[in-house]
Amino acid sequence: MSELSASQRLDLIRNKYRPTVRDYIPLLFDDFFELHGDRHYGDDGAIIGGICYFKGTPVTVLAQVKGRNLNENKASNFAMPHPEGYRKALRLAHQAEKFHRPVICLIDTPGAFCGIEAEERGQGEAISRSIMEFMTLKTPVISIVLGEGGSGGALALGVCDELAMLENAIYSVISPRGFASILWKDASREREACDIMKITAEDLVSLQVCEYIIPEPDGGAHNSAEETAENISKYLEGALERKLQKSIDELLNERYNKFRKIGEFDE
Amino acid sequence: MLEDLFSVVKTRFNDDDKSPQKPNKKDIPSDLMFKCPRCRSVSFMDDFVANAKVCPSCGYHSRISAKERLDLTVDKGSFIEFDKNMVSKNPIDFPDYDEKQAALREKTKLKDAIITGEAKIRGLRVVIAIMDSRYMMASMGSVVGEKLTRAFEFATKEKLPIIVFTASGGARMQEGIVSLMQMAKTNGAVARHNEAGGLYITVMTDPTTGGVTASFASLGDIIIAEPKVLIGFAGRRVIEGTIKQRLPEDFQSAEFLMEKGFVDMIVERRKIRRTIAHLIKLHGGVKEDE
Repeated sequence: MSELSASQRLDLIRNKYRPTVRDYIPLLFDDFFELHGDRHYGDDGAIIGGICYFKGTPVTVLAQVKGRNLNENKASNFAMPHPEGYRKALRLAHQAEKFHRPVICLIDTPGAFCGIEAEERGQGEAISRSIMEFMTLKTPVISIVLGEGGSGGALALGVCDELAMLENAIYSVISPRGFASILWKDASREREACDIMKITAEDLVSLQVCEYIIPEPDGGAHNSAEETAENISKYLEGALERKLQKSIDELLNERYNKFRKIGEFDE
Repeated sequence: MLEDLFSVVKTRFNDDDKSPQKPNKKDIPSDLMFKCPRCRSVSFMDDFVANAKVCPSCGYHSRISAKERLDLTVDKGSFIEFDKNMVSKNPIDFPDYDEKQAALREKTKLKDAIITGEAKIRGLRVVIAIMDSRYMMASMGSVVGEKLTRAFEFATKEKLPIIVFTASGGARMQEGIVSLMQMAKTNGAVARHNEAGGLYITVMTDPTTGGVTASFASLGDIIIAEPKVLIGFAGRRVIEGTIKQRLPEDFQSAEFLMEKGFVDMIVERRKIRRTIAHLIKLHGGVKEDE
């Protein structure tokens, strides 16, 4: 496993050649049909959703989209979703529930978008509803953090039966930059923030938030998208097998308790 | 650009040199006068307090402690507190977190940012949870998450309505990812309360923001807000930083949220108690023998 510090991993996940969902989807799935729109307001390019086969099994995929260049990033708003993105994801999750398809969430976002329109359309409500309704979604949900898992914007796709992280991915309550800015009023101290926030895959396993760490090729995922996808695929195959054999009641109880047990207090 | 998302919220009264929850600390002699941070008018402290800490001039609903809220809301002597000794550990070994909490406990006489329990409102049995912004801006860490979750689970089991007075700067950063997960934990408990057909009323007070807006605060069957309070997801300064201009004064106010469709009603502090009682009766609540 990686010996890198959290801030060194931050460099890796910001490497401009790090693969994104646009690289992984064709490598992981067959016959991907993208489905658009939240049926209320619009279609958000920061989250793509669709149906496809994973090794012959129909699944629904919901994924946050980092761009590989400026044009892609303009279309996907640097993977920072608006409320309609979360509402689209939730719509497709309920569709998956209806047709008994497992849901696979691929998380890679600095956080939900902060802006006037996002507030006007209820960013908080959209995230909250997604978190609540995924909690009782009657079909298996597997979430994987590919790069950055930034706060509530990531958690909206992170309420699942099993959470896996790529070896160098991070998942945090707020972006390291935001953390430094609040606590020290100095956003430039983000590397320092990174190293005290406990945000690496190993940290999250020890905090019981993450269940599996998916290895990356030597030097990081950018060295081979194919090899990384192969590792993700192996993990997914096992995860789906584990979850599909459970009854829905058992699944939902375990999902509830997965989050119910997190918290450290004395009384 | 994500600075202070889920952070301690700077109030909308940034221009003032003091925060609204301690309006007369220094500038105005003793505790005799209240200077409103919104309209800047000065009134006698006695009048302000007699008016349930609502500014007599402009109607700004200032922040009040959980204890004050409890006294305004529930029947005298009816409150039975849950989990009163629960205190947080330091899950990510955050520097100085234990010391900071010890100092705050001493100062506020609170153990953390929320009190929960069972009470009666005009004779109607309820579960009630009240957040207190004096404790780390009522940010949600392990204790807030666990106490709320238990309160919801109790309400579900006992088939009682639950009333939550929200006030929060968001997730508690000093508890890292553990605080983020409290959003999922509390929402899970809300989902189960919903599935069991239980009533959940949210009362949003100043300020309701960040990870609390993005979790249980936004899920009430009925969402009440106090007049002019701050409600939002992202911090105002973050958004201003993104768009490079000042936001209108009423942006993220209760009135703005109602106009956009995210709040059912705005109710003055003095009428909240009777409003809640009416709503509970409408949902089949029956008075117990006293």
